[in-house]
Amino acid sequence: MNLHEHQAKALLAEYGVPIPRGKVAFSVDEAVAAASELGLPVVVKAQIHAGGRGKAGGVRLARTEDEVRAAADAILGATLVTKQTGPEGRLVRRLLVEEGVAIARELYVSFIIDRSTGRPMCVASAAGGMDIEEVAAETPEKILTVTVDPAMGMQPFQARRLAFGLGFEGQVFRNGTKFLTALYRAFEGLDASQVEINPMLVTEGGDVLALDAKVSVDDSALFRQPQVAALRDIHEESPLEVEASKHRLSYIKLDGSVGCMVNGAGLAMATMDIVKLAGASPANFLDVGGGASAEQIENAFRILSSDPEVRLVLINIFGGILRCDRLAKGLIAAVRKLGVTLPIVIRMEGTNVELARRMLEESGLDFTTADGMRDAAEQVVRKLEAVPA
Amino acid sequence: MSVLVGNETRLVVQGITGREGAFHAEACRDYGTNLVAGVVPGKGGQTAVGVPVFDTVAEAVEKTGANVGFVLVPPPFCADAYAEAVDAGLDLVVSITEGVPTRDMVRVMRTVPPGGTRILGPNCPGVISPGKAKVGIMPGFIHKEGHVGVVSRSGTLTYEAVHQLSERGIGQSTCVGIGGDPVIGTNFVDVLELFAADEDTGAVILIGEIGGGAEEEAADFIRRELKKPVVAFIAGQTAPPGRRMGHAGAIVMGGQGTAAGKMEALRSAGCTVVESPAEMGAAMEARLQG
Ligand SMILES: Nc1ncnc2c1ncn2[C@@H]1O[C@H](COP(=O)(O)OP(=O)(O)OP(=O)(O)O)[C@@H](O)[C@H]1O
Ligand SMILES: [Mg+2]
Repeated sequence: MNLHEHQAKALLAEYGVPIPRGKVAFSVDEAVAAASELGLPVVVKAQIHAGGRGKAGGVRLARTEDEVRAAADAILGATLVTKQTGPEGRLVRRLLVEEGVAIARELYVSFIIDRSTGRPMCVASAAGGMDIEEVAAETPEKILTVTVDPAMGMQPFQARRLAFGLGFEGQVFRNGTKFLTALYRAFEGLDASQVEINPMLVTEGGDVLALDAKVSVDDSALFRQPQVAALRDIHEESPLEVEASKHRLSYIKLDGSVGCMVNGAGLAMATMDIVKLAGASPANFLDVGGGASAEQIENAFRILSSDPEVRLVLINIFGGILRCDRLAKGLIAAVRKLGVTLPIVIRMEGTNVELARRMLEESGLDFTTADGMRDAAEQVVRKLEAVPA
Repeated sequence: MSVLVGNETRLVVQGITGREGAFHAEACRDYGTNLVAGVVPGKGGQTAVGVPVFDTVAEAVEKTGANVGFVLVPPPFCADAYAEAVDAGLDLVVSITEGVPTRDMVRVMRTVPPGGTRILGPNCPGVISPGKAKVGIMPGFIHKEGHVGVVSRSGTLTYEAVHQLSERGIGQSTCVGIGGDPVIGTNFVDVLELFAADEDTGAVILIGEIGGGAEEEAADFIRRELKKPVVAFIAGQTAPPGRRMGHAGAIVMGGQGTAAGKMEALRSAGCTVVESPAEMGAAMEARLQG
């Protein structure tokens, strides 16, 4: 789960990570009031779950009340198109109004779980404000990493190594090691999969602050992070995906026309791949899960058919423990109940598959059964050519 | 021979009295796995699925000689069950549980001493050595005894591969699902090491997916050490970057973990990399003949 910058900063502050003073605002008036409370100048920042806001005009410095009003008015309600939003952009519904800080240096620091070692890792670089991927590609020698033993936590020597590597001295060095240690504690305490501070800032006064904060929390740990779970902003998610998650369906909308319904994430990805290879284009990723009960199939159909781009549905189920005849029964019931009119191509494999095929054929409904994944993809293409766009 | 599980396996199911636990314990036993015990704290002394239930894994080991654990408990308790199996000194512990917090896995892996219990999963279908033993939730009947090792991050896509092999009369030595989470107990390289040393495994199917660098590490190992034919497929060639595709670990981030990168790494290590998931069986047949 992703958090807004203002939410992330508030959580980090609870762990002792220094942040600029700031307030969240949902209207222009609230932004102006926040600015007068904080004192000018302020920075007005769009709050969306996507990076690259600065370059898209979503981060503005305001020196006067009029400038605050103008900046808030321009950003709130605007659709920001950044390199991470895709061409459709993201509607801005809230702002962070923050004290303007006098900047001496901008740096980069993040914590992730390194999948190769299975341990927390800190990645830091003196090149603040730049995408770390760019730094990694162009000047990999500028990237510092430290792997943390989860039983020990981040050790003082590790924080010092990073601080020396970033060129900190004197008071800044002391503030920097404190910052890094607090940030690690927050990363662990929040069950975060990533915290990224870009830029981490050194002020002219020698303070070290998180000027930006991206925090993603492990979805599997939300049950024990109620404070984080409560911060979910469903405006940042696609409505169909929100609906799907209510039914414990894993759904991701894509831009093709072949609705895919599959059991298992790997097989679901592979099904998208084979649709594409055959010359058609998947409308979505959808994993109905191991059970694939009649109810789940009905939910899945409802979600697939509410995507107007979908012209055909491809069902690919490998019935292991789930028997194919039961699946067929659920499928026929769902199609009848919902009055699904989209053409349906089905590939099933597993226990009682022959019986299941007969049930589908005798149902009087318009199912095309396929033999194997390749045949399924070819049938999809053939059917698509036959249905009007 | 086979790897991880076989005729020597003595299975203890942790969580055997639950609905899932009882169902899968029975299915494993019916497949021919030597089920010897169950563990459920507070239910010691009872009997379930025809075997004695113990309060602790240590007691199950002491009384029954159990050497492999199968964890069927909800996500918040999975890591603790793994840790108990490690503490009891089982050779292997498998969990299929989906939704285990990543931190829990990070910490559990830290408790495994060198040469200690091998952890498989979580969020995987388990492991099966056809005709010998299954410790997992895969449908046993699609498998066939033979000499191809299968290792995969996915569940049903593994069944697909196995089905394509069995359909062609190509049997399997052992099929291992390593799981779709970002931090897992056993990785591709660990399983490839076992396959490399196993006389019964003549060739390998590797099924990867987007996210992380485990397939690239596997490619490195294959190039250096695996002198057996490998057929590979990577799922997620059409997945959009930045999105988690069902599995917690299946995400392309900052240009890292793409299907294209993994396919290229495996290809340059000498693997036959198929673009289509329908070609896994045929490609293996061709490699075995040629
Ligand atoms: N409170 C502040 N005071 C002074 N300057 C600021 C402040 N907040 C942001 N800035 C300036 O704006 C730049 C961009 O801010 P920030 O990093 O938050 O947005 P961004 O990186 O463009 O957006 P994203 O993180 O979404 O890619 C900073 O690098 C910094 O120079
Ligand atoms: Mg930034």
